[in-house]
Amino acid sequence: MQELLLIAVGSAFVNNVVLSQFLGICPFLGVSKNVKTAAGMGGAVVFVITIASFVTGLIYRFILGNPNIMGGELEYLNTIVFILVIAALVQFVEMFLKKVMPPLYQALGVYLPLITTNCAVLGVALTNVQDGYDILTGVVNGFATAVGFLVAIVLMAGIREKTEHNDVPESFKGTPIVLVTAGLMAIAFFGFSGLI
Amino acid sequence: MNKCIERIYNGLVKENPTFVLMLGMCPTLAVTTSAINGIGMGLSTTAVLVMSNMLISMLRKIIPDSVRMPAFIVVVASFVTVVDFLLEGFVPSLYDSLGLYIPLIVVNCIILGRAESYASKNPVLPSIFDGIGMGLGFTVGLTSIGIVRELIGAGQIFGMQVMPDSYEPLTIFILAPGAFFVLACLVALQNKVRNNLAKKGKQVSAASGCADGCASCASKGVCGGHLIQEESKKKEEGA
Repeated sequence: MQELLLIAVGSAFVNNVVLSQFLGICPFLGVSKNVKTAAGMGGAVVFVITIASFVTGLIYRFILGNPNIMGGELEYLNTIVFILVIAALVQFVEMFLKKVMPPLYQALGVYLPLITTNCAVLGVALTNVQDGYDILTGVVNGFATAVGFLVAIVLMAGIREKTEHNDVPESFKGTPIVLVTAGLMAIAFFGFSGLI
Repeated sequence: MNKCIERIYNGLVKENPTFVLMLGMCPTLAVTTSAINGIGMGLSTTAVLVMSNMLISMLRKIIPDSVRMPAFIVVVASFVTVVDFLLEGFVPSLYDSLGLYIPLIVVNCIILGRAESYASKNPVLPSIFDGIGMGLGFTVGLTSIGIVRELIGAGQIFGMQVMPDSYEPLTIFILAPGAFFVLACLVALQNKVRNNLAKKGKQVSAASGCADGCASCASKGVCGGHLIQEESKKKEEGA
């Protein structure tokens, strides 16, 4: 239990997925103009990464890394299989939500197609395999990583809403000032590194 | 032949993926802790880009439109796996330092973006050169960021000491925040050049990038970010 908690804190804050591992930068820069859409995107990422870590964990345990099938030598297919599974999963989740939980679909629907090309999802699936996590640990790790993303993107959106009307030097308008903000946030997140 | 040279110029300068299109930001920020890592990542991506552009261009009349995305992803993922093995076998030191970011070339938006917007509509030869141009543009971008970070953060270029011994390296530049700061300064520099050119009345193509919205983005079809903007616009109009 304690080990799980350490992994969770580690991937949510200490090794924040955006600010220290640079995964999922595109949505972090693109969908952080206001807090509401940022929270929607973050929510969708939490949802998809948690399910994706579970499914890819199952596939790895029982098919690709299973010593009884081809002596466990199918591992080289990890990348291809995981990305296809994630793409299919996102489509499936979208259809499922539309049919079964319309309110949730209303909230997360538009963000779902974006997530297939979000490298954080594939990144988590591959890290789980590389670090040899079992399925439960993998799901906890995935959930925590995604929560880290949610925290980072909502904070970013909050800051951007405030700096929108600031007097920024001409050349730094647009992307550069967002990047500087992200850099300062990354320094702030160094403060967590003493936690574990 | 002219068209091929035009494609290379386009990738290196006019639509440079790092500085102009602002694509593939994850590897751009993550692996540029040193110049050599930047070159390694850039060339690996170039190899995947050229091969996938070639194959997708060959198959462009066979792949049905409705399943083109999964088909592209399979093609790209296969080449990435090949490159992954080649690096592991022949350049293990680079393989170790790039780590997780090699398999993540699959989700690099440059590759799917070029497949969608160029290779799936054009003949084989220009597509290959488009891949070379874009790949080299990406390599140049990564390498220049890598050089700046390595120089400030470690006082070295390509592992050779260039700064005098009295120079105290600012280690933060090879840590995560440095990546954001260096990229911000490079983009700002480029904005300055653009603004100056525009003031002189010269035609300049607008810089794009996720933070500037989706209207001018080349990989709109792949990414889908514009869907969100349209949706939020609709909501605003409704409210």
